[in-house]
Amino acid sequence: MILDFVEILFTAGFWAATIRIACPLIFATLGELICERAGVLNLGIEGIMSIGAMVGWMSVYQGADLYSGVLIAAFVGGLFGLLHAIFSVYLGASQHVTGIGITMLASSIGFFSFKLLLPKSTTPPKIEPFQPIEVPFLSEIPFFGEALFQHTPFTYLAIISVIFIFWVINRTPYGLSIKMAGENPMALEAQGIDVLFVRATAVIFGSALMAVGGAYLTMSAFDAFYFGMVNGRGWIAIALVIFASWKPERALFGALLFAGLDAYQVRAQQLVGAMIPYQFFLMMPFFLSIVAMILAAKNTRYPKALLIPFRRGERH
Amino acid sequence: MSALLEIKAISKRFGDLVANDKISFTQKSGQVLAILGENGAGKTTLMNILFGHYKCDEGEIFFRGSKLPTGKPGIAIKAGIGMVHQHFTLAENLTVLENIIIGEKSLLSLSLPQKSARAKLQELSDKFGLPIDPDTLVANLSVSEKQRLEILKTLYRDCKLLILDEPTAALTPQETESLFSTIKQMVKEGLSVILISHKLNEILSVTDRIIVLRNGRVVGKVITKDVKRTDIAEMIVGGTVQYPKRENLKKGMEVIRLEDISCDPINESTKGLNKVNLSLFEGQILGIAGVTGNGQIPLAKMMAGHLKPRHGNIFFKNNVLTIHEPRHFMDRGIAYIPEDRNTDGLVGDMSVWENAVLTETENDEFRSPLGWLNSDHCKKAAQKLCHTYDVRTQSLGQPARLLSGGNVQKLLLGRWLGRDPKLLIACQPTRGLDEGAIASIQKLILEVRQKGNAVLLITEDLDELLMLSDRVAVIYNGNLSKTFKPENLDRSKIGLMMAGERLDV
Amino acid sequence: MFDFRLEQRRFISPWLIVFAPVGAVMFSFLVASILILLAGANPLESYFKLFLGAFGSKNALAETLTRSTPIILTGLAAAIAFRAKFWNIGAEGQLYAGALAVTFFGTGLIELPTLLMIPFLFLMGALAGGLLLLPLVLLRNYYRVDEVVTTLLTNFIIVLLVGYLLEGPWKDPMALGWPQGESVIDEGILPQIVSRTRLHLGFIISIGTAMIIWLLLSKTVLGYRIKAVGINPAASHHAGVPVVKTVIIVALLSGGMAGMAGVTETAGLKGYLTLDLSPGFGYAGIAVAMLAGLHPIGVIFSGIFLASIYVGADAMSRAVNVPTYLADVIVALTVLFVLFSIVILKFRIVFGGVKP
Repeated sequence: MILDFVEILFTAGFWAATIRIACPLIFATLGELICERAGVLNLGIEGIMSIGAMVGWMSVYQGADLYSGVLIAAFVGGLFGLLHAIFSVYLGASQHVTGIGITMLASSIGFFSFKLLLPKSTTPPKIEPFQPIEVPFLSEIPFFGEALFQHTPFTYLAIISVIFIFWVINRTPYGLSIKMAGENPMALEAQGIDVLFVRATAVIFGSALMAVGGAYLTMSAFDAFYFGMVNGRGWIAIALVIFASWKPERALFGALLFAGLDAYQVRAQQLVGAMIPYQFFLMMPFFLSIVAMILAAKNTRYPKALLIPFRRGERH
Repeated sequence: MSALLEIKAISKRFGDLVANDKISFTQKSGQVLAILGENGAGKTTLMNILFGHYKCDEGEIFFRGSKLPTGKPGIAIKAGIGMVHQHFTLAENLTVLENIIIGEKSLLSLSLPQKSARAKLQELSDKFGLPIDPDTLVANLSVSEKQRLEILKTLYRDCKLLILDEPTAALTPQETESLFSTIKQMVKEGLSVILISHKLNEILSVTDRIIVLRNGRVVGKVITKDVKRTDIAEMIVGGTVQYPKRENLKKGMEVIRLEDISCDPINESTKGLNKVNLSLFEGQILGIAGVTGNGQIPLAKMMAGHLKPRHGNIFFKNNVLTIHEPRHFMDRGIAYIPEDRNTDGLVGDMSVWENAVLTETENDEFRSPLGWLNSDHCKKAAQKLCHTYDVRTQSLGQPARLLSGGNVQKLLLGRWLGRDPKLLIACQPTRGLDEGAIASIQKLILEVRQKGNAVLLITEDLDELLMLSDRVAVIYNGNLSKTFKPENLDRSKIGLMMAGERLDV
Repeated sequence: MFDFRLEQRRFISPWLIVFAPVGAVMFSFLVASILILLAGANPLESYFKLFLGAFGSKNALAETLTRSTPIILTGLAAAIAFRAKFWNIGAEGQLYAGALAVTFFGTGLIELPTLLMIPFLFLMGALAGGLLLLPLVLLRNYYRVDEVVTTLLTNFIIVLLVGYLLEGPWKDPMALGWPQGESVIDEGILPQIVSRTRLHLGFIISIGTAMIIWLLLSKTVLGYRIKAVGINPAASHHAGVPVVKTVIIVALLSGGMAGMAGVTETAGLKGYLTLDLSPGFGYAGIAVAMLAGLHPIGVIFSGIFLASIYVGADAMSRAVNVPTYLADVIVALTVLFVLFSIVILKFRIVFGGVKP
């Protein structure tokens, strides 16, 4: 019996599932990370993921190709990011309330448009989602081939995003200014850089990534849009950002760890059968998020200017 | 030689307050100009306009012959203006080099100019005698190193005019000397420097010309070598100010004693305490000198019950205090005026009267047994406080954030003095206040002593420290020196101890 | 990018304070009418149908007030918490915790006469909601674990727990396979207050609670402390105000009121616990509190207003074929416009000609 539980770890399917489950979390966590690094908590994440999932799917359903669908989702996410930035960055309004408002608005507009465009459908219609591509040669390696090299292009995009964001944050002037905007915005302004612009663009890019994370759900992980399908993944991503100490490489690790536990519990559930009710397995990610935050809390070093609005020309 | 900088009739208002009123002056290359004035005279506002943080309401600025648009720091920097703010504008989570190169290249560029920056930084370091390690995190730098970095930042961007806002406020006398030699070196290289200060003592020696501001207006433009110090002092305050005198008192009983107190650093830029021993007596003011971040705040917080020591005991009137809670310490008669009065003292969006009684929420006169707030009594008490301590407010109901700095401090101090404290802990009690307010705050502190109570005075202002204190100790890296009589100390001796030299062993 | 800056107002005109929320609501309706146009309907007609659906008959009005009952309570929960800058976004979970308490105690475990049973159920519901929040507020105060995320995550955990209980041990065997709890005993049911409607005693209780909270906030030492802690916790701490204790009390009160919302729904409206007991009442409370400017008496009016939008939207949807999600859009827009009005109240927007 115990061996069965260990054996799960040695199946390629488990590892492939882990990567698949991690992808939306990776996009969302990276998106939130960029916003927070610039000093803006983006609680719009849950709603932005939701509308990203809807818009991406709907574009394809209405005839767009898959890649355009992803771009459209990112664009719409960026628009909500812009709205967030106008409130939280340019007007300096409460980031908490802005984010909750954006989540409410994005998800309700998403649901509204879905109902508007497909008023009759009771069972959600399906699209042809991204298909796995087998990387030549590599995918034929036993075990590793199936675990790592038989994924959809969308999955590879998630991994590339981590590298890209890592590079932006650590190796470019823009990334440096994001880090400074979240730490001491006055320092950034004293160097002649428009703090509000840096923060706003960070929120826009971050939100676009969140929407792409949502789109992954409807365009790669599944093939249809359901109400409430984001199901707290946005909030989990916020916990992951803290767990990752605002570092992209650790965000990847955190998302994989999380997804691994999730993939594991699905398989473990099959082993234990009805002994433990399925709801308890579904609770796991939420519990783990809280535990992760508690573990990270002791050594957490928040970006110093997080939640603090920056106002031009104010007496300091 | 034509003027490097020409300021023409600059005006700036904040609401009803006229911070700058038609200010004009010119500044040439290779010169050091001091802009002097009390806090609130409009110096910092003027420099923030020049640098582009603020947009002026009226007036023009010409720099190197062309008009400078206001409200854009980026353009000021490109034109060759550099500014070192009193509160440093550095990101502590980044390295020295990163703080320097940001802003050099466009945000859209794909790489950071690490290599060339390193070389240029090295060259500037050597040229101006400002050594620094480019790869250290800013969080690990000392105050004077941070200032060095701020100056290097402006030099790196090829500044022609350097503005230093209160540059000596947090430095030891020796560090001030070394800053001045850097300034002389810069002037020799053809740069122009503007120093802003509310103190004339230190600044005078290094300047060529002086402009004095009062209430937002220029009240004097003089050549340094042609004037007497006392004349400038009068120009700054607009008359003579009577400073309070400390009378001789006999040392009374011990009020509080710290035995071998140690604690961990409270944040990355503040040291903890390391086996601190000290005693305060009735009718005595103990002054603590030290460079910011060497443990002053933990010391004050420890004595006010805000921190729990890792090691050691606190005795109040020979009884050991074990419950390290502010309320517990307050109830024994300890009052604490925190360093940052707007963040830690005032609840800005509450009314004046609500602020005046915030310490009294456990006081039965202010509440009914069931917990109803007796607001009539609160307002009466607030009225009395404002009257006694001369807090000038339009009404008791107006938001406290509208009070001036001096009135805020009088309100906070009055709130504590109304509790008749046995020990007053005052951190930077006069920082940022105008001369009139400074004098009244200092008078209040001396009155506490006169009544036979103890005072712990933590201040960066060495003149104030030496004037008010009965004994002085210096804190460095969490270690407290033994105490000295102020008569036996001079500025350079304190300066050496602030820099870590042990003169007491 | 945007060429303006904000200048703090010294004094805020009372006219603006009154007009701001009204303006916010009007702008929300204006923007939402774009969606109605997209749906091919006439905005004026739709809004008229919405109004009729909410207030057009005795039954409609009663339905609106019934719907307002839980969201006044969750609105109070958000208002008191936000005043202390304690970001409790978990009213949804606390509502279900209250409902679980009612199901546990009120379905036969304890039998008391009506006069005692109803207060007892409210007390238990409030306790359950408050206790659910307690570990989270302790984590925030002693471990600096952000309460926004933990309260949100707890919502999901509680809803799953309810699902488990209703499909498993607490499932009512008489419910023909539907996942619902056993019925609350007759002594615990909140009596109807207007005949032949669903309006029940819970409405009166929610209004009474709002009054009590208003007294608490404006007339007591605790209210004064909550205000100080919410505006500046550091200064309050320095003045000897027990900050941690105050925040814990706020959390218990906030969670308690959300828990009471669970009681009104279980013991008042439905009579038993279901999985869809709350269609997001917890989240609606945030909008209610914001629209009310966090004022407890304001919460009564904004709660009824938001309830009227939800109730009216159902009728409107049937009449003009606009999806009911329009109500959620309007509510979300209201939150954002209220936020905008708060900025306008505090600051004057100065458009500056800062052109290089």
